[in-house]
Amino acid sequence: MTSTDLPTARGADGRPAERSSFETAMRARKAGGAKLVVPYVTGGMGTDWVEVLAAVVLAGADAVEVGIPFSDPVMDGPVIQEASRLALEAGATPASVLASAASAQVSVPVIAMTYYNIVFHHGLQRFAEMLAGSRFSGSIVPDLPLEEAGPWMAESRAAGLDNVLLVAPTTPPDRAEAICAAGSGFVYGVGLMGVTGERSELADSALEVARRLKAITDLPVLVGVGVTDAAQAARVCEVADGVIVGSALVRRLLSGEGAQGAGEFVAQLRGAVDRG
Amino acid sequence: MTLDGAAAAAAASPGPVVMTDPTPAGRFGEFGGRFVPESLVPACAELEQAFRRFWADEAFRDEYRSLLSSYAGRPTVVTECHRLGTQLGVRLLLKREDLAHTGSHKINNVLGQALLARAMGKGRLIAETGAGQHGVATATAAALFGLDCHVYMGATDVRRQEVNVFRMRLLGADVTAVSSGSATLKDAINEAMRDWVATVEHTHYCIGSVMGPHPYPWMVREFQRVIGDEAREQCRSLLDGSDPDVVVACVGGGSNAAGTFAGFAGTRARLVGVEPAGGAAIGKGTAGVVHGMRSKLLQDDAGQVLEAHSVSAGLDYPGVGPEHAYLDSVGRATYEAVGDAEVLDAFELLSRTEGIVPALEPAHALAWVVREAGRSVPRGSTVLMTLSGRGDKDVAQVMEMGRG
Ligand SMILES: Cc1ncc(COP(=O)(O)O)c(C=O)c1O
Repeated sequence: MTSTDLPTARGADGRPAERSSFETAMRARKAGGAKLVVPYVTGGMGTDWVEVLAAVVLAGADAVEVGIPFSDPVMDGPVIQEASRLALEAGATPASVLASAASAQVSVPVIAMTYYNIVFHHGLQRFAEMLAGSRFSGSIVPDLPLEEAGPWMAESRAAGLDNVLLVAPTTPPDRAEAICAAGSGFVYGVGLMGVTGERSELADSALEVARRLKAITDLPVLVGVGVTDAAQAARVCEVADGVIVGSALVRRLLSGEGAQGAGEFVAQLRGAVDRG
Repeated sequence: MTLDGAAAAAAASPGPVVMTDPTPAGRFGEFGGRFVPESLVPACAELEQAFRRFWADEAFRDEYRSLLSSYAGRPTVVTECHRLGTQLGVRLLLKREDLAHTGSHKINNVLGQALLARAMGKGRLIAETGAGQHGVATATAAALFGLDCHVYMGATDVRRQEVNVFRMRLLGADVTAVSSGSATLKDAINEAMRDWVATVEHTHYCIGSVMGPHPYPWMVREFQRVIGDEAREQCRSLLDGSDPDVVVACVGGGSNAAGTFAGFAGTRARLVGVEPAGGAAIGKGTAGVVHGMRSKLLQDDAGQVLEAHSVSAGLDYPGVGPEHAYLDSVGRATYEAVGDAEVLDAFELLSRTEGIVPALEPAHALAWVVREAGRSVPRGSTVLMTLSGRGDKDVAQVMEMGRG
């Protein structure tokens, strides 16, 4: 496939699409010198997950990633797999997760993280409308690489949603540029080769991918996958514009720490990245 | 156009040309593609390039062919079932993949992929396995080429296919029992993909069927087409130059069927794939995207993938290779379902009438032939059925069920 066939963030008339309020907000935070903290919460996991959302926002999250659980999450390690399984067992559906998230009325942007079959099965246009109707700002679909993303990007753009795309440590330079040109909201740097999960040491590739991305794009650069504690988050933010923290938070929820524990953990992340 | 003209045009029309190369994006019609995490995209692209280069290279093909003949025991024979054929009123020919080394067709694909892995400088093979046949074949190729090997197998399948687990370990492979989800083939694939996301720089994922992201569905079909290419020529010499009326194979992911159909797609033979009733992705599934491909799969109202249920671990899969979804959509092949009870009957029937104990997977194909002989397969028809593997691995399981 030549690069001209690949989807871009431009509108049908070839002009850059208008920047969403989400991306504008993220860029403004970045321009003000702040680092972005984006926690991930599995939608529908535990009866108190909506309170968890509110707690992480109160603790200083700049945006929240809400996972819409899928039966076969191939990018996820044991912690988020378990959370997804529990959510599905408790009867969570895409519709119920979106409705609950909307009811939380959080004051920061919410983005969906799910797998492509969920999107595809609902129909791209309908799913984009469902997200927009539940006041989501955009989506992250980790099994939808650039070559396959065109139709979903078009539908979500039409609904006013951002498409956060991922760049991995193995992504070649020209491809990374194409991904940054096509994505919107922020660019998601995958911090290591592997699935989501906690790691005792920060992978060198986390800083490496952040450096590479900072050199080629003015989109906010956030690094996720493997970022485990406040010290690691601060280290990542020496290079990146922000961090996404999933398994470390979800593990706390799985072990019963609840909204209060989640809030305390996110406050630690906030404090560490703000101190720099 | 006159009526006669229309009829003549219809008769002359060869129908859609099928089983050629997919589009550059790996599509068979709307099915196929490459739906993988970004971390794996470069590896899939590298594999595609390597496959394109080597498959066009005579020296590579010679090496592959000589491995198939000197190591895997090809060509496998075609056996006519005289007693069973008489009983059913059809002429029944079996393509004997059960006689290939390691006891199933899986070795054809694995030897090709192991050669590619070596050419790409990858020192480790990983594989998923259901019945254990693909795991055994991969472990075998890894031993032959001196590669490390790690096989993922659902915990349920580890229990029902104990002997194959021991065989894999004997061959030097590590085996991980996967207990997430339904603890069967689908979950073994998830776990193998998670391994690959972390190890892709030195590891080749040796997928065992015509499924997964591009180029796997195409590449695996090409490595399996030796079944159909051999069988077509063998049938022609047995049938005075003509082709069988019906060509039938079981479908899990669909590799033995795809390899068989590839040899007959250009003939007039009716092509039939047989799915287990509890895992009929084509018969009962809807369009979806899982394991790197757009195909048909069993899923619920929300798009969650459902568990398949089959007596045969090798067919216990809620999805199917994308080219089968395509062949179904254009009508070149049809897909039928059979239940566990008919399958066990067929398993015993072939054992008693022909002295061949089939694997439970191809016993599905036979169960369909038994049911349809004298009905949609008229008396006197000639049927070529791929006997994809031998039943030794299933004997203990069938014994425990109190059959035999
Ligand atoms: C003997 C045999 N036949 C068939 C299959 C199903 O695979 P496929 O549909 O790819 O041929 C298996 C899988 O384990 C098998 O062992």
